[in-house]
Amino acid sequence: MERVAESPIYGLVAEFSDPESLLQAAERTREAGYRRIDAYSPFPVHGLAEAIGFKDNWLPWIIFLAGVTGTIAGFALQIYALAIDYPHNVGGRPLISWPAFVPVSFETTILLASFGAVIGMLGLNGLPRPHHPIFNTPRFELASQDRFFLCIEATDPLFDIERTEQFLESLGPDAVSIVER
Amino acid sequence: MAVSNHHGSSPAGDGLSELLPGEHSYRSLGERIGSIVLNQNKHRWPWYVVFFIAFALLQVMMLSITWLLWRGVGIWGINIPVAWGFDIINFVWWIGIGHAGTLISAILLLLRQQWRNSINRFAEAMTLFAVACAGLFPLLHTGRPWLAYWMLPYPNVLAMWPQFRSPLLWDVFAVSTYATVSALFWFVGLIPDLGSLRDRARSPILKGIFGVLAMGWRGSAQHWARYETAYLTLAGLSTPLVLSVHTIVSFDFAVSIVPGWHTTIFPPYFVAGAVYAGFAMVLTLAIPVRKWYGLEDLITMKHMDWMAKIMLATGLVVFYGYICEAFYAFYSGNKFEIYMMTNRMFGPYAWSYWALIFCNGVVPQFLWFPQVRYNLFWLFVISQVVSVGMWLERFVIIVVSLHRDYLPANWGMYYPTIWDWGLYLGTIGQFTFLMFGFIRVLPMINIFEMKDLWHRIIHRGHGRVAHAGDGRHGGAMAPGTVQPLGSPAADVEG
Repeated sequence: MERVAESPIYGLVAEFSDPESLLQAAERTREAGYRRIDAYSPFPVHGLAEAIGFKDNWLPWIIFLAGVTGTIAGFALQIYALAIDYPHNVGGRPLISWPAFVPVSFETTILLASFGAVIGMLGLNGLPRPHHPIFNTPRFELASQDRFFLCIEATDPLFDIERTEQFLESLGPDAVSIVER
Repeated sequence: MAVSNHHGSSPAGDGLSELLPGEHSYRSLGERIGSIVLNQNKHRWPWYVVFFIAFALLQVMMLSITWLLWRGVGIWGINIPVAWGFDIINFVWWIGIGHAGTLISAILLLLRQQWRNSINRFAEAMTLFAVACAGLFPLLHTGRPWLAYWMLPYPNVLAMWPQFRSPLLWDVFAVSTYATVSALFWFVGLIPDLGSLRDRARSPILKGIFGVLAMGWRGSAQHWARYETAYLTLAGLSTPLVLSVHTIVSFDFAVSIVPGWHTTIFPPYFVAGAVYAGFAMVLTLAIPVRKWYGLEDLITMKHMDWMAKIMLATGLVVFYGYICEAFYAFYSGNKFEIYMMTNRMFGPYAWSYWALIFCNGVVPQFLWFPQVRYNLFWLFVISQVVSVGMWLERFVIIVVSLHRDYLPANWGMYYPTIWDWGLYLGTIGQFTFLMFGFIRVLPMINIFEMKDLWHRIIHRGHGRVAHAGDGRHGGAMAPGTVQPLGSPAADVEG
């Protein structure tokens, strides 16, 4: 692994002209035993994440925990403020008049869960990250327009520059390029 | 968005190609929408005229605020008994307008309505700017906006906390959460499009700006998977949020004991009214903009038709609310409630009540006719009438209820001053200014969702695997011929 990590090569990238070819190529790459693969498309292609074997359930948990934190924080804030720090009698209501605390707690729940969703998504995706080796791929600026790319990374145990290149060529791409770090 | 719909099994799936008629390609869609930002020559005289008027009105707003801060709220027409005048009317009016944006972006996403794709970005921007206008009013109405932070719970030397049992404080939390979440939702939707603009921009400055904003988005399948989870969850969170915001706004009234305010019908009918007013504003903006920028095939007549139908449906809910209000007032047997209703109908402000019934009860009924829904001129006129009607609704609820409540000795009339009007018209200027500024600097239609929609259209009924020889794959280009970006065919930045 040490040797691979120092390699100046990031991976081999194949370019396709439509999402269906990319999806098929990704499925075949995975069947061929490659594991460190990624696919790039200008819009979400359904089934592509499964095709490259990507599975990650962290995000929903982050959002859920952030939301629960928001609920607890909202109630705790109001109970502390109105019942502990500065208890005062308003129209003979109990100090912890919880139904009146629901709206604020609801809003804090939504607020924290939304931040959880956005920050969690960016964090798990490793963004913001201004530069990434995949941007060295020729014509990669089209990955946000109308071209579809499949990358087998050099850290993959099966990665062998010649055999992997031959394999990618067999998938019928428009181009295959060696991408350096 | 979440489930591929290749066989057109859902009702929306049957008419997918109606939503994006004509020949497109992924490239052409990106170019059509992106070039409005990248090619500044696309902005013709209508943009300048509208922007200039909006900018002039914005100055009216600045002037009104400056004079208000100098002299205090005494320059407004508010006084006892009508202490909530234009400021609260306009606050509720603007926040309601914002709600259609969230409805389009969140609720229609959860309902898998593909037609939202071409209007959601636009409508979300509308939400943000409407909330910005709305927020000004209660802030300025406090009289000393520089002390507005007193509304927030923070440990302070006064050893005081905000009153968490008051709907007015709930409003602070609801509106600020709504503004924040709407901004997050909008920004998350923009990230892939900012990446697309970064890759299309040719000037290094624009490339840099879009590059920073896109945060290194590279369209990886792993990123898309998490992105879609986050986006769908945000939609799921925004949906109850938007309902809660206008519910809480209605609590400002419903929790009090003023006749005409103290009713349980307020939350649902406020929410319906918000959506109704919001769609009117989306139509008001979309009808001219799609014409000026030649977007008739992206925002089609089908979209107009459906927006008009939603306006009609929510308008009927609102009208039902008016009928219920009248019914309950008399059914209650309470003489103050009965007087409130007769005063609304026949008192000194009767004109506003009957104008309201005309605007929100009578005029929208024309939308039952397809000829009206497909006629942009009349649709635009009806949208204006609806906007006025919704403003009148808040006028009737606030001013007419307050001006004569329990004690006849406390009755009075409300006369707005020029500064009330100045601030109101000024915020219309601010809203338009921000909207037209937005059109110029950010893509007003979601690029990647339109590409996704096009993908669904060309693959509907084809199954998942591409058919060789289908000339429409990958757009108008033959496979293997790669046009570099920035070829002469591409646009020029100005």
